[in-house]
Amino acid sequence: MNEMSNKWIGQSTIRPDGAEKVTGRAEFAADTNMPGMIWGSVLRSPHAHARIVSIDTSKAEAHPGVKAVVTAQDIVDFPVDTPVPLGIQDMRWMCRNIMAREKVLFHGHPLAAVAATSEAIAAEACKLIEMEYEVLPWVIEIEDAIKPDAPILHEYLEHDGKPSNITGTLEHKLGDVEEGFAQADVIIERSFTTRPVHQGYIEPHACLVSVAADGKTTIWSSSQGQFMVRAMTAMLTDMPQSDIRAIPAEIGGGFGGKTIVYLEPVATMLSKKSGRPVKMVMSREDVMRASGPTSGSMSTVKIGATKDGQIVAAEGTFYLQAGALPGSPIRGAAGCGFAPYNIPNVHSVGIDVVSNRSKVAAYRAPGAPIGAFAVESVLDEVAEALNIDPLELRLRHAAREGTKAAHGPTYPLIGFVETIEAAIEHPHYKAPLGKHQGRGVASGFWFNAGGESSAQVNITEDGNVVVTTGHPDIGGSRAAIANVAAELLGIDYRRVSVLIGDTATVGYSNLTGGSRVLFASAMAVTDSAGQVITTLCERAAKIWDIDPDAVTWEDGEARPAGDNAGQFEPLSLADIAAQATQTGGPIGHGAQLNTTGAQGGFATHICDVEVDMDLGIVKVLRYTSFQDVGRAVHPAYVEGQMQGGVAQGIGWALNEEYIFDKDGHVDNPGFLDYRMPVCSDLPMLDAVMIEVPNPAHPQGVRGVGEVPLVPALAAIANAVHNALGLRFSSLPMSPPKVLAALEMPEAAE
Amino acid sequence: MPTVSMTVNGKSVSAEVEPRTLLVQYLREHLGLTGTHVGCDTSQCGACVVHVDGESAKSCTMLAMQAEGSDVSTIEGLADGDTLHPMQEAFRENHGLQCGFCTPGMVMSAVDLVRTNADPSEQEVREWLEGNLCRCTGYHNIVKSILAGAKAMQG
Ligand code: FES
Ligand code: FES
Repeated sequence: MNEMSNKWIGQSTIRPDGAEKVTGRAEFAADTNMPGMIWGSVLRSPHAHARIVSIDTSKAEAHPGVKAVVTAQDIVDFPVDTPVPLGIQDMRWMCRNIMAREKVLFHGHPLAAVAATSEAIAAEACKLIEMEYEVLPWVIEIEDAIKPDAPILHEYLEHDGKPSNITGTLEHKLGDVEEGFAQADVIIERSFTTRPVHQGYIEPHACLVSVAADGKTTIWSSSQGQFMVRAMTAMLTDMPQSDIRAIPAEIGGGFGGKTIVYLEPVATMLSKKSGRPVKMVMSREDVMRASGPTSGSMSTVKIGATKDGQIVAAEGTFYLQAGALPGSPIRGAAGCGFAPYNIPNVHSVGIDVVSNRSKVAAYRAPGAPIGAFAVESVLDEVAEALNIDPLELRLRHAAREGTKAAHGPTYPLIGFVETIEAAIEHPHYKAPLGKHQGRGVASGFWFNAGGESSAQVNITEDGNVVVTTGHPDIGGSRAAIANVAAELLGIDYRRVSVLIGDTATVGYSNLTGGSRVLFASAMAVTDSAGQVITTLCERAAKIWDIDPDAVTWEDGEARPAGDNAGQFEPLSLADIAAQATQTGGPIGHGAQLNTTGAQGGFATHICDVEVDMDLGIVKVLRYTSFQDVGRAVHPAYVEGQMQGGVAQGIGWALNEEYIFDKDGHVDNPGFLDYRMPVCSDLPMLDAVMIEVPNPAHPQGVRGVGEVPLVPALAAIANAVHNALGLRFSSLPMSPPKVLAALEMPEAAE
Repeated sequence: MPTVSMTVNGKSVSAEVEPRTLLVQYLREHLGLTGTHVGCDTSQCGACVVHVDGESAKSCTMLAMQAEGSDVSTIEGLADGDTLHPMQEAFRENHGLQCGFCTPGMVMSAVDLVRTNADPSEQEVREWLEGNLCRCTGYHNIVKSILAGAKAMQG
């Protein structure tokens, strides 16, 4: 931690992009246009599972207004037998996800794309593409997909020596669970299911791509990583990365769902073939059918405790839907579920299962809410069985500095205990409850991440500051970065302009994801600003003709120090900038780092609900979240992350789910029947920030964006249990399900 | 193609459009007013809210032809030159946005709320916003912004 006065760090300053966004001037991907631009549209599979026998695009190509048609033949094929990892993705699956190859694997799977002079003509022409299929039996749910006679999606992927829809496993072990359970007086074992839910960003995926005659390509798109867009597009279209300039448009929400590409490589090929810039915008229906969501799950958790309240063993098995192609967040479910606790014997297994639904994408702490829902529900029952207050039970076992976690690390300084203590002491925990009302608590953990980040800090000729970083700003990170730079340079934050560079103007920066953005970019900015300050001192030394070591930077100005103290009038940033040409040229420095030292984030939630006994509606009455936020560089946007995460948890717990019809089609691909929380569903969401600064970070940043979703599902389910005496082990707790359970308690399972 | 004429942000405009053109398409694609957003196909999200003859309307749910002769205002027409409308200022100051995609629709809806109810309660704000989705904020700061904006509009 630095010892600075913290004039700007900790201030909820006005965001730099605020005026543009409240006036409608901010440019989102669908807002971008180019002269000569045409529109792309995607033909999608009408079947959940079918072999592609033939594709005939000749009629579409001949349709007036059509400029290009693209199929899987135009996209690079990564053979299925050789893994090609890119980050956490595998290009074997990515190429098959953006354009079906060999088989269609889900309803809505892209088959071909057309570019034409209008969106309507492109869509019409898609219908002229003649497809021949051999329709195959399909499977949607995990329990069906793992049956021995289930239709197999990928015959070449084996589990236990035979073709299987189980496409990956992961295991964490600590101690010896058998010995642990042998010591237990109370053992609770329960099974749980959760439904896949969509990230639900309001902005549909969109891009505009222009491939020039020499192959130089510009992509404007809505993504959580312009460098990811560049890398994936280059690989899928066989272009050098240096020919692609990926420009991050303002992004209208992502929550993990925009960490992979869907449209960009397709638009690139359409542009290449037509010689025209091509714009593609998904409909909401396409977004719901074919992008995201996160996994549905099926899990079993068993926890054993002695009668004096010591948890001695814990075991969990988490099956997660990957969608049509392998790669579900089993690490998040199996790794994060038990991570908040000091339990001597733990065995946790994650199992990846493919089925005929769209490939999952990351969603805010991927997998972790699923793990926490099961673990925190069982913990609640253990507390009940032992007659211990549920927060007290968590506090007794709370991980702290030095605790060895089953998923690997021994924790450094963390603030989990503080979140539970704050919850116990908060008036919310003692507030009276009325009839049909209940209170639930739960805790949660998310890994957080560091990784690659670049920044450039330049001093303008008039003595102001431009900072460029490389992670798309999804929730106000530019405002936080302005605070950091202003603090370091000792100037007003309004003199700092923060921009997100494109792939040609800033060094490689990893995705906006993993709660890494402020952690990593603040480190790159700190490094760059440190170099800038060194240069500023050198320039002052030159002007004064003294040794650079005899100059210090304080409060935004160079001051003579040591023997020279007080000998010269201090030089401000503007003074030095004005003389830059004479003293050595432009002033600016950059850093390209692979940041390390990210520490896990912990949260504890309290939720009050009321159940409408006639309609089955669960209403959240009050919600308070407590989170170790490290250092809150910009408190309003830290609270914003906490509130946004909780709201998504409320949707997941109470209403959101994909419904499939008898043909394996998504029956509710829109906001009409896929019901996300609206304003009147929610109360004010109180956020209590607890600051235990991360000692491994110059500003103490810990990463705050994802953990606020993790405890929510269990906190709400535990509240419903407290209200009704019914434990819902299956989400969502939607009105029909609640009504059914009120009549017949088994319906909660 | 038929011709459609209306006033948009105080200026008369007129264009030939295909009859199926939605008002939002006309605003975005013909007039370049891309501050009005599209988030759904089923009239749920409210990212496209504009004012038609002074009342909020979802521009994705109307044909451009239906606005013939109307007075339409969009988010781009709300500020008075360099001076933000008090509701815009309230969103900016109260951190009523994260990604900002829902913001234009939220602001336009909120201005219409205050037109009909100068001093709304928290509950009235929440109920009024049922047709505007935000996935980022949990609505917390949006409600705060609108309450502050309503006060500022009175003052
Ligand atoms: S675009 Fe969603 S309501 Fe108009
Ligand atoms: S701020 Fe992102 S949808 Fe509202």
